[in-house]
Amino acid sequence: MPHSSPTATPHPGPSIDPAGGTEVSAHGAKKRFLHDAREYVRDTDHRAFLRRALAGYYTTRDGQKARYRDWEHARDAANLAKWNAVNRLDEMLVRFADRFEAGGGKVHWARDAAEARSIILEIIRAAGAKAIIKSKCMTSEEIHLNAALEAEGYGVVESDLGEFIQQLRGEPPFHFVFPCMHVRRGEISKLFEEHLGSAPTESPEELTMIARRYMRRLYVEADVGITGGNFLVAETGQISITENEGNARLTAALPRVHVALVGIEKCVERLDDLAVLLPMLATAGTGQPLTCYNTLYGGPRAAGECDGPREMHVVLLDNGRAAILADPEQRDSLQCIRCGACLNVCPIFKNVGGFTYGTTYQGPIGSVITPHLRGLGDWNHLSQASSLCGACTDACPVRIDIHHHLLHNRRNAVRAVPNRLERIGHRMFAAVAARPQLFAAGGAVFRRSLWLLKKLRLPLLRDWIASRDLPRAPARSFRDQWRHRASPAVAQGRTDADGRPQ
Amino acid sequence: MNARDAILARVREALTVPGPGPHQRAGEMAGHGAAPHPAPLPLGNLPVLALEAARPWLPDGGATPEERLAMLADNLGKLKATFHHVPTIHAAQDLLFSIARERDWKRVAWHAHPLVEPILAGIPCATHRVDGAAAVTADPATESSLRKDALEACDAGITGCDALIAQTGSILVSSATCGGRSLSVLPPVHVVVAAPEQIVATLADAFDALRERHGNSFPSMLSFITGPSRTGDIERILVLGAHGPKELFVILVG
Repeated sequence: MPHSSPTATPHPGPSIDPAGGTEVSAHGAKKRFLHDAREYVRDTDHRAFLRRALAGYYTTRDGQKARYRDWEHARDAANLAKWNAVNRLDEMLVRFADRFEAGGGKVHWARDAAEARSIILEIIRAAGAKAIIKSKCMTSEEIHLNAALEAEGYGVVESDLGEFIQQLRGEPPFHFVFPCMHVRRGEISKLFEEHLGSAPTESPEELTMIARRYMRRLYVEADVGITGGNFLVAETGQISITENEGNARLTAALPRVHVALVGIEKCVERLDDLAVLLPMLATAGTGQPLTCYNTLYGGPRAAGECDGPREMHVVLLDNGRAAILADPEQRDSLQCIRCGACLNVCPIFKNVGGFTYGTTYQGPIGSVITPHLRGLGDWNHLSQASSLCGACTDACPVRIDIHHHLLHNRRNAVRAVPNRLERIGHRMFAAVAARPQLFAAGGAVFRRSLWLLKKLRLPLLRDWIASRDLPRAPARSFRDQWRHRASPAVAQGRTDADGRPQ
Repeated sequence: MNARDAILARVREALTVPGPGPHQRAGEMAGHGAAPHPAPLPLGNLPVLALEAARPWLPDGGATPEERLAMLADNLGKLKATFHHVPTIHAAQDLLFSIARERDWKRVAWHAHPLVEPILAGIPCATHRVDGAAAVTADPATESSLRKDALEACDAGITGCDALIAQTGSILVSSATCGGRSLSVLPPVHVVVAAPEQIVATLADAFDALRERHGNSFPSMLSFITGPSRTGDIERILVLGAHGPKELFVILVG
């Protein structure tokens, strides 16, 4: 099937409502999830493309992990660093804010998306900004910052290559670390031809250089640079930004004003914690020893320094994070350092694609935290989209118990809205299973009528059966076969004292 | 209540309910249907710091200066940076000048630094110093984009560094000691000049070196540079020189 987007009906991305914030009702989200998942699963070409793109991840990551004297012990330590900060978050935030302001920057606190947007707009207005450059920042996707800025008449350009491509395509990121991993080079060439007037090319290198050339003037001319932040260091009052391209460094170096929008959970207590977390973030995320640029900012340009912004602002965003903190069972999901490893290894992500989730944070960790982050609606259907294989938990460098949290979400959903039909079904099964003769009779009926299930298209089973092949029913029950088995041990007379085959 | 107090109040309220300890799963907490588990560790009183817990298990940084040097060179090679070790300032000059001629550099940017200055003397192209008195004392109100343009037009940025890290092949630069924030990232080529004594084993050692050098007041920007700028955003294929330098040279003198 030829296509220019991953689903037959291109995913519109979260419909943007700068005033409200919440996009769709829970029911709508679930319906759309099922629809998009079905469409994407059928697109075998694109699934193969996605798998190919991720294939190299395993080898590079494992090669890098092998350089650790013990990766599993290092994970324990990374877990400790984040656990410590999350469980003392109030103290960490106060220390960070005090230290950061002592360095000449300004800290702002935003309870929700609307508050964060208005704080940032106010900073931009006060700076009299004309041009805004932005580096990759998932929290800004969470609060739909670009739409809010554009609604106020400000132009804003995403400088990260993947985010820039997504901005031109009018789509949200497909994967929160690899935003345009679903786009083929030919599509990017066409996109650049259309928007930047460049010559068509199939070379990833040439395409990268087109974006590089286009962006350089923008760095020099921008008045305000907006970035995210990967860590807030309480001890030193610095924010830490991890990146590969150098665009975040330029964004925080050239404009007059630097604004960083960071979730409150990003705290660590000590600078030394980064000696553990920075390499592990890179290894788990992309299989690098360290990403290309890991930069700490303690404030605006200091006395005696020859460049850098005159103002630096950090906006600390809650937006539902305190609600996760209030659930002790899932509190550890705030330890997430957004490396994206759980997406890269997730069989569901690889089969339904990033857009199907309909969330800012895709994949297993997104399915855990989204029901908390979205004030309205119930996103628990995301927790059903899991094979519970545990690959995510295994890949997580800070040891978040991701797949158990998916189970917790399922349990919570059932508690909130009990499924009476399911309960009746389980009771009936229990009653039958406890009565061997009834069980045998039921089995005999099922063995003879299994083929009917597919034909009858019963309303409750239809969806489940539609994409599955039913096995052929055996002629005899398991118990019958067991009774009449030809056991080599029995045949040869090798039995123990109780007559059981050895 | 202002936003700060409201958020802190929510956080404090949330933390009144104890959660699992580190390395502990929610299901292992008492009262969750599993066997009772010892109470979570007292907060603020960790048995061990994360770094101390991790130190024996993180990638090695080399035990001797020779090992560290070899490891640094190896890592820089893997990162597609170019590493040269030359015996004298004079040899470093020869090397830099030949790179300049080969690439037909018109203008290079630099900053005052005990290694950069002598190596640059006599380079066969124009030079642009970024940290002159005018730049440092510029009036913010009248500051134009002229200086940014001047740097943007340079073919290379030549800087010193605060440390070289054997464990990862990284270069630590700071805004106070390496010519500000943009010199090491805006020009298409970055040349780092360093002395062998600046090589440290691990990131943790680099933090120690920073504390030693800057005490309690760090420069406004510290950056660990690990190889030339790169991206994998197009089909996960590696391309160098996304926005920062396409080429990174490390010249070790002595």
